[in-house]
Amino acid sequence: MPPKFIGGIFFTNFMDLLIFKAPILMVQASMDGILLGILFALIAYGMALQWGVMNIINIAQGELVIMGGYVAYFMYVIGIHPAFGVIVSPIIMYFVGVGLYKLVINKVVDRDLFISILATFGISILTQQLMNFIFGADVVVAQSNFGTTMLFDNSVTLPNSKIFSALVSVIVAIVLVIYMKKSKLGRAIRATAQNSRAAKILGVDTEKVYAATFGINAALCGVAGSLIAITFTLHPYVGLPYTVRSFMIVIVAGLGNLPGVAISGMGLGVFEEFADYLLGTEFRIGAVFLLLVLILVYRRFKLSRKREYLK
Amino acid sequence: MKKILLYSVLLIFGLVAPFLFPAFKLQISFLWILIILAMTWDVQGGQMGYNTFGNILFFGIGMYLCAGIQIGMFFPLAEWTVSGGEKTFVHTPTQYFQGFFVGLVAAGIIPAIVAGLIGYGILGLRGHYFAICTLALGIAAGEIAGGIELIGAGQGMTSPPWPKNIGDTELRSEFFYYICFVLMIATFVFLRWAYTTRFGLVLNAIRDNEDKAEAMGIYTMRYKIIGWVVSAFFVGMAGGLMGNMVGYIEPTEVAFAGPTFGVFMILMAILGGKGTLWGPVIGATVFHLFKEGFWTFFLGWQYVALGVLIVVIVVFFPEGIMGWLREKYPEKFGEVIDEADRKAQVELK
Amino acid sequence: MNKLIKFILTFVSAIALILTSTSISFAKVVGDKIILGAAVSLTGKYSTNGKHTQNGYNMAVERINSMGGVKVGGKTYKFDIIYYDDESNSGRAAQLAERLIKQDGVQYMLGPYSSGLTKAMAPVTEENKIPMVEANGASRSLFTKGYKYLFAVLSPANQYLEVAIDLAVEKNGGPVDIAMAFEQDAFSQDVRLGIVDAAKRTGSKIIIDDKLPKELNDMAATLAKVKATKPDVLVVSGHSKGALTAIRQISEMKVDVPMLAMTHCDASKLAKQHGKNSEYALCAAQWHKELTYSDDFFGNGIKFDKDFNALYGYAPPYQAAESAAALLVYKDAFERANSTDKEKVRDALAKTDMETFYGNVKFGDGGQNTAKPMVLFQVRCEGDTCANKLVAPTKWASHKLVHPIPSWSSR
Repeated sequence: MPPKFIGGIFFTNFMDLLIFKAPILMVQASMDGILLGILFALIAYGMALQWGVMNIINIAQGELVIMGGYVAYFMYVIGIHPAFGVIVSPIIMYFVGVGLYKLVINKVVDRDLFISILATFGISILTQQLMNFIFGADVVVAQSNFGTTMLFDNSVTLPNSKIFSALVSVIVAIVLVIYMKKSKLGRAIRATAQNSRAAKILGVDTEKVYAATFGINAALCGVAGSLIAITFTLHPYVGLPYTVRSFMIVIVAGLGNLPGVAISGMGLGVFEEFADYLLGTEFRIGAVFLLLVLILVYRRFKLSRKREYLK
Repeated sequence: MKKILLYSVLLIFGLVAPFLFPAFKLQISFLWILIILAMTWDVQGGQMGYNTFGNILFFGIGMYLCAGIQIGMFFPLAEWTVSGGEKTFVHTPTQYFQGFFVGLVAAGIIPAIVAGLIGYGILGLRGHYFAICTLALGIAAGEIAGGIELIGAGQGMTSPPWPKNIGDTELRSEFFYYICFVLMIATFVFLRWAYTTRFGLVLNAIRDNEDKAEAMGIYTMRYKIIGWVVSAFFVGMAGGLMGNMVGYIEPTEVAFAGPTFGVFMILMAILGGKGTLWGPVIGATVFHLFKEGFWTFFLGWQYVALGVLIVVIVVFFPEGIMGWLREKYPEKFGEVIDEADRKAQVELK
Repeated sequence: MNKLIKFILTFVSAIALILTSTSISFAKVVGDKIILGAAVSLTGKYSTNGKHTQNGYNMAVERINSMGGVKVGGKTYKFDIIYYDDESNSGRAAQLAERLIKQDGVQYMLGPYSSGLTKAMAPVTEENKIPMVEANGASRSLFTKGYKYLFAVLSPANQYLEVAIDLAVEKNGGPVDIAMAFEQDAFSQDVRLGIVDAAKRTGSKIIIDDKLPKELNDMAATLAKVKATKPDVLVVSGHSKGALTAIRQISEMKVDVPMLAMTHCDASKLAKQHGKNSEYALCAAQWHKELTYSDDFFGNGIKFDKDFNALYGYAPPYQAAESAAALLVYKDAFERANSTDKEKVRDALAKTDMETFYGNVKFGDGGQNTAKPMVLFQVRCEGDTCANKLVAPTKWASHKLVHPIPSWSSR
């Protein structure tokens, strides 16, 4: 029998890894985690936006991401570099988002949150299946051929595609923040988020604002999707993990807190990589979700204590 | 009088169904399980207003526990599951039934204890935070179960096969059919009784306004936990039965099957009408009939149909079938329209 | 309560009516048709390979029917398959097996895709004494349970990559260090068991043993460990997604290993999708078109490849080939049994000894195919086009194994 192992690495090698290889692994894990986390943060930002403005939890977020990824993939298939998907995909996805809003979402905006969860869950399995019919059931990848950056004498490797993704995510986020601050629509969105009734009275067409918000959310998913097409793999049924992770990031960070979203996104990425090393790959996703539960329960106790003080 | 007639007709239908439709025995057993799931979800989702995604946790725990005890009582469990379950030990009939009943009871009690233990932390959450927390709980449980070697990890584990020398497959289906039926009836009767007590009233008070209920001096947390414990007990037993009926337990697809059973139970309750006694029963029946009757022939399109169905149900009929009936025939639901009061109002005009 | 009670009563009687009116046609043989039942994954995570399976079945049915059908007792029958979608869910698969047998009256079953789903269906078919010829459930535990009605045209999963370890040991001139990453599902975990056995046999050491969650699309952490520990062999298995993810990240992280052994290279179209990045990946397969087996229906592997390509527009992965072979086995068994009685067909199946384009088929005691070797191929590139080239067993090898794999810096 093979020796008992701790956390995916056999014990005999564990000490060796911990003592001699640790610094390199740490750096690698942190870098991987941060690059991964920035990408998640972009998706989460879209979710935070529409959650904050429309009070809707969108389970179909992951499917929008995958759909955006397929746009980039098909550009790659017809011979255009998939990185340009970052420009094309959000435009297409914006209209998909607005269409989705007009069809279904507008009917759940003022309703109970749970209804939006279920309705978007319905949309999610519907789009999964339609993607399966339209794009085929194959797992696909788009090649960017960006190469790799090596640090510390080739011991830490950073794929350029991931660095590219992180850079694009940061740029998109900054552009969006400026847009929200300066533009008319951005101000209208923020006003609606603060108080939709007051905004309506003051002449903001909230219906239009909602449509635009959902469109922007879908566009952000489009950007993230085309980045995922060049960094990971695409399949019609892999959207859910993105949805759930963006949930988590938003909950930890709170709504309307972009720096918070970025930091908790990176934190999640790093946590995942470290959980992988320390607990073993099989517990990686389980650890992430358990962390979510713990965070929520911790929040509850913290909040309830505050309530007691208020008494 | 009419009520008694109704219940007895349904009871007799349930009792003779396996002989009337022998080919559908297992199908109907699944229906009973689905009804249990929908009814117990409704304790939280409908009566208490706590939309949980996490009841599937107890389903999975019950399933693993029941099968694990059935095997572990007589044979080393680790050997049963090693190498993807290459070794099979054969239960004698007595061993099988002893194991089964002990396992089934444990599959009810231990999830109930788990619910009691985690209840204090989790039921303190409100609204969507509660929904998401329970969702995460279900997924985490599935992933963690997939990492534990003793219960077969990702390879899954087979529940003990029906003992060889007593009867054929028909007997097996009948056995499970009646166990499911009895459990369903027990759940129904228990909840029907519970809703008439103070407990039921407190649950409704929590749904309508928890803070107010608390302000009135009701220790709501206790009732919330009790409600969850009750749900966990019945769901766990349903899980134990399901594991035995399916015969193969896979961590994320059969046991902690969030995307299928976890969502179905919510959908069924909403379809039938949440917050009512009969709603989940009707919802589950309609859902199961639809699913088995039509979707299986769609070959892939059933997910499109399911997606459309979900959107239509939650957007246009959030009150479900019972809600619709109630709107239409309020007097049939014991909502008395006070004639004198009505007349008085008319006269005022 | 009057209306409500009426409503419920009507409802119940409606159900009763529906159930009784669903006529149960015991459909084992209807007219000149032999009905086979199959649940395949048309949706969900296995939909890629479920489609391959279905295409294989369909092509074989068409071919057999157009070439004269099945002759039983002087009468000619045609095959027909009832399909259900199992949604890549093992619970659903078991339920559908029950449904096919009890409600649709199917007497002969074909297997689903993947070991996990086959494991879920096998207890049901076994209990109902329904023969099942399956082509995609390779888990070894299927064949140790003493199932009497289960027949697999493929070799058990533990044999997939054992040969690769032997090759590595041979080239290395002694025991090797093995790193492995397997998806958390029945099939991949069974491949893992084979590696563990091979490691024990050759005295090799397993230094990394990761289990990848099913949703995982990022194995950077595992690969970082591989880089740090420098094993001699890296083994990865996780259906199509696993294969594509592994190659993408190995090439991006420039992980140098002397040998990279995988599964599902052909099903995921690895050579086409990753091009030169996938070069030198060593893949286990049940079948390769260059094997020199032949039969009357599909000719040989090359011809099957061509016909399949013409019909469905892509090169057949071994999943399609073995599925097609399952139908040939059924036809042969029906004709030898010369009856449509399921017990007689089962006995005939047990005595199967035939050659198909896919390989020889002869079932062992547990129902596994004992007459067919596993093949290994390596992805090799000429210019920019990459293809799978056979490297083992030596009888058919068209290319020599490149070992060790050249390092990324010299590629």
